Amino acid sequence: MAYQGVAGLFPFAVAAWLFVCGLYGVVVSRNLIQMVGCLAVLQSSTYVLLAAVGYVPDGSAPVFLEVVHGPVVDPVVQALMLTDVVVEATVAALLLALAVQVHTHAHTLRPDRLTRMRG
Amino acid sequence: MTARGRLVLFAAGAGALFLALLAASARLPAGGYPGPYGTVLNRVAVLERHTTDVVAAVTYDYRGFDTMGEEMILFAAVAGAALLLRRTRSEWTGPEDLDHLPDRSVADPSDAVRVTLLLLVPVAITFGAYLAMHGQVSPGGGFQAGVVLVTAPLLVYLGTRARLLVEIAPGASVELGEGAGILGYLLTGVAGLVVGGDYLDNFLPLGRLADVFSAGTILALSVAVSLAVAAGLAQMLISFVEETLRQEG
Repeated sequence: MAYQGVAGLFPFAVAAWLFVCGLYGVVVSRNLIQMVGCLAVLQSSTYVLLAAVGYVPDGSAPVFLEVVHGPVVDPVVQALMLTDVVVEATVAALLLALAVQVHTHAHTLRPDRLTRMRG
Repeated sequence: MTARGRLVLFAAGAGALFLALLAASARLPAGGYPGPYGTVLNRVAVLERHTTDVVAAVTYDYRGFDTMGEEMILFAAVAGAALLLRRTRSEWTGPEDLDHLPDRSVADPSDAVRVTLLLLVPVAITFGAYLAMHGQVSPGGGFQAGVVLVTAPLLVYLGTRARLLVEIAPGASVELGEGAGILGYLLTGVAGLVVGGDYLDNFLPLGRLADVFSAGTILALSVAVSLAVAAGLAQMLISFVEETLRQEG
């Protein structure tokens, strides 16, 4: 049963914890590629949050191939999550392409060495 | 500020953020999802659109405009990565030099790897085509299908040499596929505008429930999205492969 007492907070606690861990990774990482991975962890927290928001207690999937009795989970947030996962993967690939170009021009991947702009 | 000072400041802020998120979650309505839209859609989507997969109906019909925006994000990311990793004309001497760098020896994959991966290629293509065309019947749709379809050239690249990847997915046809996918989505919307009066209106015949050719434009948009996603990710893959084998310095 969702939202009953402390146990009901569990999916939101997981989402918040993933967010904080991803943020910590972005702050302390000393390599741009590791930073992209931590950003992916950050994004995955939003997927958990979206899935948790749409949950209906004892609900089944919103697919009606057979007759469904009882409550059904919300389909709108699932649709949002679905497109999000693929799009964020391509955005992560774009960030990795940026990291490749940074290394080509600055010869380093450490964020703290990249503070000065070069003409 | 030293690195340790930054870390202490971050820990304080992150701890406060975590507690604030938990406190906000505790105020959510008890008893789960309360909102009307999900329950209404679950009740009417099957009859209104003749589809058994309500998630695909939401993605390509009820919220089809948002999916168009997401496809544009994907297109922009692919174009940006291809632009960042492009090979200038003076460096490009053809696909032969992809495997023959003087200071780099790329070993051929073993026979076991090659056979296993190449046997999986028709599986990937069939499964991707199934997902693309059955979005309106069972869980599936364009985005998942595009990702599964792009594993086919990826498996070919892993099982053989890089030159084969460029030969089976030449830049021109991949760009054509991506453009065709996105243009297909936009033109289906315009056709809906012309025929039904609303952009992305579901104007094609709705057919019988759980048929492959049912649910009107949901099938057409799902196929268009799968083409755009597969071609876009293949373009990204080719950009990275060509870049890693470029001469250093």
